[in-house]
Amino acid sequence: MSDIAREPARDLRDNKLEQSELAALLLEIWRTPSGWLGSLTSVDHKVVGKRYILTAFAFLVLGGLLAVLMRLQLAGAERKLLSPDLYNQVFTMHGSTMMFLFAVPVMEAFAVYFVPLMVGTRNIAFPRLNAFSYWTFLFGGCFLWIAFLFNVGPDVGWFAYVPLSSLQYNPGKRADVWAQMITFTEVAALAVAVEIVVTVFKQRAVGMTLDRIPVFVWAMLVTSFLVLFAMPSIVVASTSLILDRLVNTHFYDTASGGNVLLWQHLFWFFGHPEVYIIFIPGTGMVSMIIATFAGRPVVGYVIIVLSLIATGFLSFGLWVHHMFTTGLPQLGASMFTASSMLIAVPSGLQIFCWLATLWDGRPVYRTPLLFVLGFFAIFVLGGLSGVMVASVPIDMQVHDTYFVVAHFHYVLIGGAVFPLVGAVYYWFPKITGRMLSERLGRWNFWLAFISFNVAFFPMHILGLMGMPRRVYTYTPEMGWDHLNLLSSAGGAAFAASFALLIANVVLSLRSGALAGDNPWGASTLEWATSSPPPPYNFSRIPVVTHRDPLWAGGGNLPVVAGLSVERREVLLSSIADAEPHTREASPEPSIWPLLTAIATTIFFVGSIFTPWSVVWGTPPIAIALIGWFWPTGSKEDEE
Amino acid sequence: MKQTIVRSVNELPTYGFGSRTGPWWGAMAFIALEGMGFAVAIAAYLYLYAVNPKWPINSPPPDLWPGTLATAVYVLSVIPNELTSRWAHKLDLRGVRIGLVIMSLIGLALLVIRGFEFAHLNARWDLDAYGSVVWFVLALHTTHLATDVGDTLVLTVLMFTRHAKPRRFSDVTDNVFYWNFVVIAWLPLYVLLDWTPRL
Ligand code: HEM
Repeated sequence: MSDIAREPARDLRDNKLEQSELAALLLEIWRTPSGWLGSLTSVDHKVVGKRYILTAFAFLVLGGLLAVLMRLQLAGAERKLLSPDLYNQVFTMHGSTMMFLFAVPVMEAFAVYFVPLMVGTRNIAFPRLNAFSYWTFLFGGCFLWIAFLFNVGPDVGWFAYVPLSSLQYNPGKRADVWAQMITFTEVAALAVAVEIVVTVFKQRAVGMTLDRIPVFVWAMLVTSFLVLFAMPSIVVASTSLILDRLVNTHFYDTASGGNVLLWQHLFWFFGHPEVYIIFIPGTGMVSMIIATFAGRPVVGYVIIVLSLIATGFLSFGLWVHHMFTTGLPQLGASMFTASSMLIAVPSGLQIFCWLATLWDGRPVYRTPLLFVLGFFAIFVLGGLSGVMVASVPIDMQVHDTYFVVAHFHYVLIGGAVFPLVGAVYYWFPKITGRMLSERLGRWNFWLAFISFNVAFFPMHILGLMGMPRRVYTYTPEMGWDHLNLLSSAGGAAFAASFALLIANVVLSLRSGALAGDNPWGASTLEWATSSPPPPYNFSRIPVVTHRDPLWAGGGNLPVVAGLSVERREVLLSSIADAEPHTREASPEPSIWPLLTAIATTIFFVGSIFTPWSVVWGTPPIAIALIGWFWPTGSKEDEE
Repeated sequence: MKQTIVRSVNELPTYGFGSRTGPWWGAMAFIALEGMGFAVAIAAYLYLYAVNPKWPINSPPPDLWPGTLATAVYVLSVIPNELTSRWAHKLDLRGVRIGLVIMSLIGLALLVIRGFEFAHLNARWDLDAYGSVVWFVLALHTTHLATDVGDTLVLTVLMFTRHAKPRRFSDVTDNVFYWNFVVIAWLPLYVLLDWTPRL
């Protein structure tokens, strides 16, 4: 025991401390305060990340239940389960929930949990903003669903085209609910994007140069930039829509110089990158899982990273392909066709790198890898139908039919949900300290894989047979009922596969095998700490000398010493070569992010009913923000 | 895992300035996303401009003087802003206090001028698409301006309390940095709002 430890010296460092003593001191300063009130103040990225993941999955379940309702309705001709009006709400709620409350947030949630661990730091950058982001997301999601329960659920489709969503065709509050839900979720997403960018730029462990950053972290960095540059567009769109509806502006009112195509441009300028905001993190997960289960570093690291970046750039050149049927100038349409096809190139390159990794490695076929293989199969099919609809003449034919519904479920579920479930199997041990059951996992995979195809493949054919999307029913003469019944059966089985996943989680939480630090023998830093990680993540910040640090070190982790054990401190390093230069304080827990989120919610929800909420809603937000930033005299604040 | 200490960070400082701090990068990221917001708003304006044969649609263009006056104040504000930054880098508390008070007053003055800008747009938001989009663009920048002025006011008060520790000087330089963005973002908006309708 060192003497320094007992002295109440102002600046106690970790240099001379024993492991156990160090751990105890770090725990004291980094833990989340106890009690339920304490838990509301948490700024630990793992606590917030876990909440984020669970909430996003809860929305997946809700969105999935709506999907099951739709499939029940469509299982046969002229069924009467859902009224036309309710059906409109249900498909809109399904699409909006899946896109805005599940797919994007769940990816960000994984980043919130894992990026700080993977780059070897103790908390995310701007941890209070992170807490605020979570609360805003939660309140926005609840707001949408509560409105739906009161029969004010949006019914204008997940992209809310004007003029259908303008006041004239949609009196009442349904479209306003949609627009404000957008605002909530975009604020939350933008906040996380800022945190991820700064965490990756400045908080990487010593020596984690750009070419040693784990692929998932790269993927989340690219995604965060997409969020930063794409989401402002939808915020402008949803705000102008609500202004048209509320205070009589004329953005989309043709009679007064407005223009409805403006909406489509604003929406798809965001909406197409949105697809990649969902898909790029999925590919990041795939790269991590493949490397671990092939037992070798991923082949073509540089190609993969450059492909991610290229995909990010190209995704902004694609938005117009959702608007081919609006009558664009010929040359414009050709250009967008070309770029739609071009974006297949970087994705193709990545697939080759993954195949090479598996080829050259010694693959171990555990559940996470199975889901990745499922991803390959489904995603390639989705890509094929994608290249088809990228061509203008085909798009003209199948636009707004079930062919498109099939295509985007192949891409979204194949490209994002399969890797995501694989990621759950892969990282569950880290988050909880226990393994998921492998036996149930296999059942889970095969059920999901087969039933997915049963549910969605027939939709291609239905689309070619002319079945339009967004119809609440069809007549028997159309001859669509057999395929629809098949699709519905598949849909129900696909839903059951998620019930299996949940069962696996619940059972394994209680009695799963203990995981240990690194159950898969993986190479990245999140596996260098215990499972679940302690509040401070690493008792000492790692020094990285290799792209796969845990495979290079031979069971030994080089670390730095010299950080404070009296206040929350993170190490900042230079962007390119990760040379440490500052020991920066990291904020302590605070209730203010929650209060700010509540004030923000009152403002947003109030603005649906009266423009005056801008006047009376602002001061509470300002007060909460001052509370948030005002120093409390803690050691973190006073340096 | 077994750990081996290979390096010490004992000597590293606990705060820095500019790109060596987290908050500066946070400000950069917010600048990127807000800059994108302005770019999208400008694009929406130009789109409506392009699809309408007559622009402004039913009204005269805005009066020039409020926007021009504001532009002059923005440009001149760069001088005290820069001085504040220098004082902050030197940890000169007195200088920083003077600089922040001046910047707060400039910010408040600009908010007052902003009221006149709205009053002299010569089109209400509910007149037509032109009125809608000019109000939108101006309101967007007002939110941006008001947020920064609020931030400056709080920081000013903070620097008069016992919390004015060295680290806060770094916050001051971030505030300065951000103000430069407020100024730069305004210039294209000035051209857009006050001069495009006169083309
Ligand atoms: C159990 C799994 C699922 C089933 C059975 C299912 C089924 C459906 C069906 C039948 C439609 C078409 C409704 C219509 O046009 O009338 C639809 C639309 C949609 N689905 Fe799914 N879906 C599932 C999962 C997902 C997931 C995981 C996502 C996203 C990540 C998603 C995103 C969408 C979107 C964006 C729409 C378009 C909504 C609109 O037209 O506004 N779905 N889904």
